[in-house]
Amino acid sequence: MQQRIKINIMRRFIGGRFAGSTRLMSTSSRALGWWDHVKPAPKDPIIGVTEAFLADTNPNKINLGVGAYRDDEGKPVVLQCVRYAESKIAGCEFLESNATEVGSKLVEESVKLAYGKHAHLIKDGRVAGIQALSGTSACRLFAELQRRFYPESPIYLPDFTWSNHHNIWRDAQVPERSFRYYHPISKGLNFAALMDDVKNAPDGSFFLLHPCAHNPTGVDPTEEQWREISNKFKVKNHFPFFDMAYQGFASGDVDTDALPIRIFLEDGHLIGCAQSFAKNMVLHGHRVGCLSVLCDDVKRAVAVKSQLQQIARAIYSNPPVHGILLVSTILSDPQTKVLWFKEVKVMANRIKQMRITLRETLEKLGGPLSWEHITNQVGMFCFFGLTPDEIDRLVREFHVYITPDGRMSMAGVNTSNVNYLANAIHEVMTYEREAGTMISGISL
Amino acid sequence: MASTMLSVASASPFASLSPLENVKGKLKLGSASLSFNKAKGNPFINAKSFCRISMVAAVNASRFESVTMAPPDPILGVSEAFRADTHESKLNLGVGAYRTEELQPYVLDVVKKAENLMVERGENKEYLPIEGLAAFNKVTAELLFGADNPVIKQQRVATVQGLSGTGSLRLAAALIERYFPGAKVLISSPTWGNHKNIFNDSRVPWSEYRYYDPKTVGLDFEGMIADIKAAPEGSFVLLHGCAHNPTGIDPTPEQWEKIANVIQAKSHIPFFDVAYQGFASGSLDTDAASVRLFTARGMELLVAQSYSKNLGLYAERIGAINVVCSSADAAARVKSQLKRLARPMYSNPPIHGARIVANVVGDPALFNEWKAEMEMMAGRIKNVRQKLYDSLSAKDKSGKDWSFILKQIGMFSFTGLNIDQSANMTSKWHVYMTKDGRISLAGLSLAKCDYLADAIVDSFHNVS
Repeated sequence: MQQRIKINIMRRFIGGRFAGSTRLMSTSSRALGWWDHVKPAPKDPIIGVTEAFLADTNPNKINLGVGAYRDDEGKPVVLQCVRYAESKIAGCEFLESNATEVGSKLVEESVKLAYGKHAHLIKDGRVAGIQALSGTSACRLFAELQRRFYPESPIYLPDFTWSNHHNIWRDAQVPERSFRYYHPISKGLNFAALMDDVKNAPDGSFFLLHPCAHNPTGVDPTEEQWREISNKFKVKNHFPFFDMAYQGFASGDVDTDALPIRIFLEDGHLIGCAQSFAKNMVLHGHRVGCLSVLCDDVKRAVAVKSQLQQIARAIYSNPPVHGILLVSTILSDPQTKVLWFKEVKVMANRIKQMRITLRETLEKLGGPLSWEHITNQVGMFCFFGLTPDEIDRLVREFHVYITPDGRMSMAGVNTSNVNYLANAIHEVMTYEREAGTMISGISL
Repeated sequence: MASTMLSVASASPFASLSPLENVKGKLKLGSASLSFNKAKGNPFINAKSFCRISMVAAVNASRFESVTMAPPDPILGVSEAFRADTHESKLNLGVGAYRTEELQPYVLDVVKKAENLMVERGENKEYLPIEGLAAFNKVTAELLFGADNPVIKQQRVATVQGLSGTGSLRLAAALIERYFPGAKVLISSPTWGNHKNIFNDSRVPWSEYRYYDPKTVGLDFEGMIADIKAAPEGSFVLLHGCAHNPTGIDPTPEQWEKIANVIQAKSHIPFFDVAYQGFASGSLDTDAASVRLFTARGMELLVAQSYSKNLGLYAERIGAINVVCSSADAAARVKSQLKRLARPMYSNPPIHGARIVANVVGDPALFNEWKAEMEMMAGRIKNVRQKLYDSLSAKDKSGKDWSFILKQIGMFSFTGLNIDQSANMTSKWHVYMTKDGRISLAGLSLAKCDYLADAIVDSFHNVS
């Protein structure tokens, strides 16, 4: 027994990234204090922003942290199509016995939405699909599948990417690599570097791609560029894994936004795809998503699906049904679906309008900097390439809350706060960069 | 070599499958092994690295060629088989989901009321915090420990909303793996099938303690105590708070005291799985007695909780993981780390079930209504137990003592039937149950007790 205690201490020193001090080993103190070595976890960089925002009492504060849509009054919305679906299903006799049917419907409708005219692949039985708890768990299920069947393989994540991607593949124990993506000077895509990194990765690598409205940069490849990427992927036999969290939010049109996926399908790739309905149906709290893996035949699809179900069984057994019911009600009723398309367009257009207004206001304020990227970038987020000092000033002096990587959620911008925001950005960026002389971080 | 690969790689995406076929033909497919044994290598693949060679040789071969079919889940698979059966006398005693006397699924009235309230209020669907709905966490901890419990007053409980029992267990397992690497979880033999999957996938080692005694169809108490004593100090002991699944056999209050004694003596950590609070005896407080006993002794412990059965919210996935710590500071730190584990699993938990629970449990009128419905459901099961026992005693002329059925508690009953006998139940009598001899009384009606008794008597005596 003493041996085992020693081994435990050693393990904690060697293995424990997370463990703090060793536990007291004396038996008498063992009854209490099991958790002494547990350190407080750092705040999540995105979710922590909202917490800080809520704690701030300044009347001018603006929350540009979480990517959750707000209307022009800065309020969260519930879509009409969702209200309709809610009233249809409230208090109804839905029960766990129907769960499989409803789940399959959700998967079918989800994948149809992503695949467009390639939807026949679903009828062909080649898609292994499973409902998931929004995008996070769709990615996690895939990461676990990847680890199970390709235990040595790393995941290539774009530089930058959503911060939680790193957590997901790390907790699934899949090593991580990155490929170049964002160009800090143009504030656009570093296409040549991207293609280079795709080429230099070992054949058959797993890549994570954002098909539209890249998070956090808002920088998307053009259609031409997507075609080139797809070709290179074919040559290299890479596995394309799409994380689509913003279908409809980028251009306002779901088909346009899913085009990259369809390009890859046309080119014969066997893709993986995570989908989320958190943003585009404003169902954040219901955790509705889908993971699909396109296989080469029915047998393989059945096998892969069974593995995914087994992985899910040990994490949460089955996904929560309410959100699934809402989404499948909306997607399977033609009129409600059309209503949804309209509402997504309204949201996307409001954000586009805010981008234009922000850019124009900044341009009116003058100064040497270019604000083109604000309208070049797409979707919910805007990347200004702010330095840590600038971000700090923005938060502390101006009470504008953004994530530590400098990502701004345009969904939080409205006609009442856009002027204040423009002034804040102008102050923080122009002042710092014009001054030129900084001694120990203090601008003169 | 390289040129061969290049030429194949540039072939049309819809080229014939023959290159792949050839490669496959030459390579050996190993046999699938499903045991979780790290030494044997990856248990999920039926072939090792050749799958990547075959993938490169034919551009459109699936990356997942080597993926084998996972075995059907032993519990959920039963319902699937039942649905496929067309026999008129078929009976589903597989999954532990409550059914009415008419064998229909049941949505509690309080749930319907809560949902209608929620639609009226038209609340938004914003993200919950990672730890879940605060109102939910509060009422859930109070339901389990009692609102006046010192551990709650002293803020020593870290409660995080989880995805029903499974999700809460998984968070706890992940916490154990991270902070007590190498520590073992002791699970009862037998236990709910998914426990092993959860600990396996979390890479937490486990071993079993004796629990079910087939000779008495009761608790092997001495074996249980001996095995808990023999385990390495500082192990986690997984205990079913009430209505043990699958056996229905619970320790008596005196036995719980003795279990607590040995756990304290060995400095183990108690880890409760409470999936049936209210369903065992019909009383929410009585069913929480074991957890409260341990807590009253000042022990630090974990409790995974589920509202799937007692509020009929199976499909909403609503539950919680509670960690009782020695100090409020420890509880805050533990909570922060549970959040950190949840974020890369699903970011934040689903809102619907949490709101229902917060509305029902948090509103005195609805709470009382719930208690009444709870008593009704538990009462129906107790009646069915009695009827089954009466039928068995009447039909079995051998004089076998079936009273163990009355001693068991909760949704399930361990019949004592072995694998072959259980198979006979299905093949001959179209009674669907799990292979371990477990029947779900929640799926049994008074009307069907006679039929079931016939099936059991036949299987027990005529099949070995």
